[in-house]
Amino acid sequence: TQAFKKVIEINPYLLGTMSGSAADCVYWERMLAKQCRIYKLRNKKRISVSAASKLLANMVAEYRGMGLSMGTMVCGWDEKGPGLYYVDENGVRLSGSMFSTGSGYGYAYGVMDSGYKYDLTVKEAYNLAQRAIYHATHRDAYSGGTVNMYHMRENGWIKVSQEDVGDLHHRYAAEAQ
Amino acid sequence: MEYLIGIQGRDFVLVSSDRVAASSIVAMKHDYDKMFKLSEKIMLLCVGEAGDTVQFAEYIQKNVQLYKMRNGYELSPSAAANFTRKNLAEYLRSRTPYHVNMLLAGCDEHEGPALYYMDYLAALAKAPFAAHGYGAFLTLSILDRYYKPDITREEAVELLKKCLQEIQKRFILNLPSFTVRIIDNNGVHDMEQISVSNL
Repeated sequence: TQAFKKVIEINPYLLGTMSGSAADCVYWERMLAKQCRIYKLRNKKRISVSAASKLLANMVAEYRGMGLSMGTMVCGWDEKGPGLYYVDENGVRLSGSMFSTGSGYGYAYGVMDSGYKYDLTVKEAYNLAQRAIYHATHRDAYSGGTVNMYHMRENGWIKVSQEDVGDLHHRYAAEAQ
Repeated sequence: MEYLIGIQGRDFVLVSSDRVAASSIVAMKHDYDKMFKLSEKIMLLCVGEAGDTVQFAEYIQKNVQLYKMRNGYELSPSAAANFTRKNLAEYLRSRTPYHVNMLLAGCDEHEGPALYYMDYLAALAKAPFAAHGYGAFLTLSILDRYYKPDITREEAVELLKKCLQEIQKRFILNLPSFTVRIIDNNGVHDMEQISVSNL
């Protein structure tokens, strides 16, 4: 089973997810990391999530129609609190409290929406997120491998867990007994 | 899938857009604002291809603001509409055309209220009422039937609600809520959102 890191750690306060073309995501999110670092050096403060996502959206908008394939979520914590933006190769940039991307996105939305409330506890959120990914990998032929989970907090992100979907499958089956 | 509507009265323009941001079959956001404030008294409503809408609308928005900074006064609605159309027309026959449909609504001290209809082929028409999207097929006839040139604000809101009720009833896709704004000589005013519950 493969373990490809689909979450890029831009800086201790910014994370980016990758779906679509791996090459495009890895390249453009590294370019975003570079721009964020330059921003910090020039302005002596960390870039906001809004600005970081806008940089990425504007970078790929220039390549409109040239076949880029990238669906990403930029997640971070800045002066305005937690921030989540969906950015894709068309230059779409949406702010929201919940998104799902990739080939299995519909399956993940189904599980997430049925279990989501704005005031979930941290533990409940961990379980819901893992469940959503697991169910998507179960139904979608192109998803699988390992589930990497990160938690973005006020003082930066932490990596919560890295679990193989096979192990999750057996755990959930046992719980259902 | 998206819907825009504008109704012009004697001294105001009422505009409304749906609030769904969709990607293929999924609604990613239910509170998305499709209106862009170009200046104190001009709003641009923009729908069309993903990415193109925001990129083009923000480009126009920033340029209208730049005009104000350079010259000390704001572009009139007709000047802004023609500027927008010109840009769209220039991009149309380039490698990267923008596939966007727009309504530009504004209120000018000299020209009065104005509503401009613009489509992705850079056609521009000043109209007393206009709509974009599949919903327009269902609602333009309602506007034809009940509109009068000296329509009051309350009557315009009622006419808008008639249109939105028709969308709820007959449009196959679910558009549960709409942003509503009114533009007059005092600027742009947000009105109460219209959703299924208060239709």
